Amino acid sequence: MGRRLADLFHGRPRLQAGALLAGPVGWLVVGYLGSLAVLLVTSFWTLGELSGEIEQTFTLDNFRDVVENDVYRSVTGRTVLIAGLVTVTDALLAFPLAFYMAKIAGPRTRGLLLVAVLMPLWSAYLVKIFAWRGILSQEGVLNWALEPLGIEGPGYGLVAVWLVMSYIWLPYMVIPIYAGLERIPNTLLSASEDMGAKPTYTFRRVILPLALPAVIAGSIFTFSLTLGDFIAPTLVGSGEQFIGTVVRDNFTVDLPFAAAFATVPIVIMIVYLLVARRMGAFEHL
Amino acid sequence: MEQSSATATEPTNLGGSSPDIRLSGVRKAYGEVVAVDGIDLEVQRGEFFTLLGPSGSGKTTTLRIIAGFELPDSGTVELGGRDVRDLPPYDREVNTVFQDYALFPHMSVATNVEYGMRVRGTAKEERAKRRDEALEMVRLSGYGDRKPSELSGGQRQRVALARSIVNRPRVLLLDEPLGALDLKLREQMQIELKQIQHEVGITFVYVTHDQEEALTMSDRVAVFNHGVIEQIGAPADVYETPANRFVAGFVGVSNLIERDGRQFTIRPEKVRLLEPGEGDDGMHIESGRIRDVAYAGMITRYLVVLDAGGELQVVRQNLETTSAEAVEQGGRQVAVGWRPEHTVAVKAATHTERG
Repeated sequence: MGRRLADLFHGRPRLQAGALLAGPVGWLVVGYLGSLAVLLVTSFWTLGELSGEIEQTFTLDNFRDVVENDVYRSVTGRTVLIAGLVTVTDALLAFPLAFYMAKIAGPRTRGLLLVAVLMPLWSAYLVKIFAWRGILSQEGVLNWALEPLGIEGPGYGLVAVWLVMSYIWLPYMVIPIYAGLERIPNTLLSASEDMGAKPTYTFRRVILPLALPAVIAGSIFTFSLTLGDFIAPTLVGSGEQFIGTVVRDNFTVDLPFAAAFATVPIVIMIVYLLVARRMGAFEHL
Repeated sequence: MEQSSATATEPTNLGGSSPDIRLSGVRKAYGEVVAVDGIDLEVQRGEFFTLLGPSGSGKTTTLRIIAGFELPDSGTVELGGRDVRDLPPYDREVNTVFQDYALFPHMSVATNVEYGMRVRGTAKEERAKRRDEALEMVRLSGYGDRKPSELSGGQRQRVALARSIVNRPRVLLLDEPLGALDLKLREQMQIELKQIQHEVGITFVYVTHDQEEALTMSDRVAVFNHGVIEQIGAPADVYETPANRFVAGFVGVSNLIERDGRQFTIRPEKVRLLEPGEGDDGMHIESGRIRDVAYAGMITRYLVVLDAGGELQVVRQNLETTSAEAVEQGGRQVAVGWRPEHTVAVKAATHTERG
């Protein structure tokens, strides 16, 4: 049986590729692209004024709302701002850590740090956010620790959302940068030093340009994950609206509008990816 | 073996100035492993000096200590008479050509070559001029706009060389720079490297495990073994009068035999296969049997087991022998002869071999 199967595939590269890809590609087309298509189609429908039922007639009203309504524009602006802040924060935190892991630490320390970076991913997302709720609450650990200094923690709100999102998505920035730095041969750094360059010069002219695609790859994760999140704003925010929360709130009330608003992060990400591609982020993937 | 560069037996010391490199008592250990165990050497201005030895013998560590990438545990490192122990690599007047070339992949060939000059803030015109000269020297004029990934191995190697030479260092360190090239290219690059060194007059310290390469290119060779130097000398000295058993074996074929309690080595090209009655006065003659024949085009190698004990490799030029004739010799009883003055008595290596 196994042998006959092997004979069947021998010398038929198309059949081999087909057998390998049928499952995953099928899943992608039906499960992912399919639902995206449904989303897109729904966004052009509207809600009957009296009935409250979805009417399947083509209209651009939802999109007009998203683009022209000041409230929704400021929601989009706030979400992009936080996503950007989280991305920059994670990049600044991740780079030195990843550099230490890839270029300085011995194999033992490197292994321990890798585990430390990955371990938060083993626990559930909600658990981590609730943990942060505890930390940031009025009677929480943070305020308790800061009290002797006479200052108070940020409490719930935009700062908390920024902190918590930065914490949660940090591993998604560390890992690509670590992999990117690891790929830079040590002899390149030695060669730069050998030709008289001090460490800062080597960093600017050799390390940073070579690691930039990895940083951009990481930023795609942190930026897109923050852009679509609605749980952290709900649990550690103080009622500020984000794209995710608006979509969730309208999901049951006005599905066509929710669908239209949900295309905003998709469009932003497409623009982001196009810019990233221009900067060479995908050349070494 | 032909020696193109074995003229200088003694290091040339111009005007009694201090040597370009002086290491004394240099020692370096990694945990339990002693990589370099008390090394003394001097390299004179303009010399082509080779560190030769098997892998793990400490030659690359020595090179890295000279470059400043490693700090010795003890001993002193002097460059041009100045103690550089505390100088980081970027403050030393040495440049290194790395085994993997270490070209910056995101820069063009021209930018790579200009790197050291940019670091030093050399003016743009001067930079362009020296860059073009360096690329011309390695015969890569017109390749300036290419990326390293668009070049062949030999071309990358030459860019790496240009990138170092353009900085006019006091000393150029080369870490097995030809190791990744195929044989033909290697041999061609050996000659080119030697020519370039001659042109620029920079001191070269060259690391290799290839004894033929070392003999072909060097003014002097230091033979490394287990972190110590077994012998320093001109290629002819090291080859013809090896200081001990290790050097005899590593540089060339060891051909070690013992007669009357005396151990000696004799190079395979100095042993003759004799026809009955052949051989002249003063030649030491023994009988033996040919065990193996390896036909190698220009020469044939015979492995002769001697009746009196031991075996010798004998090399013979295929002046009139065909391959079939050579191979037919296998198993034959023969007489071999050599002149006693061609034998070299050897003692054990400085580093006693671990059993």
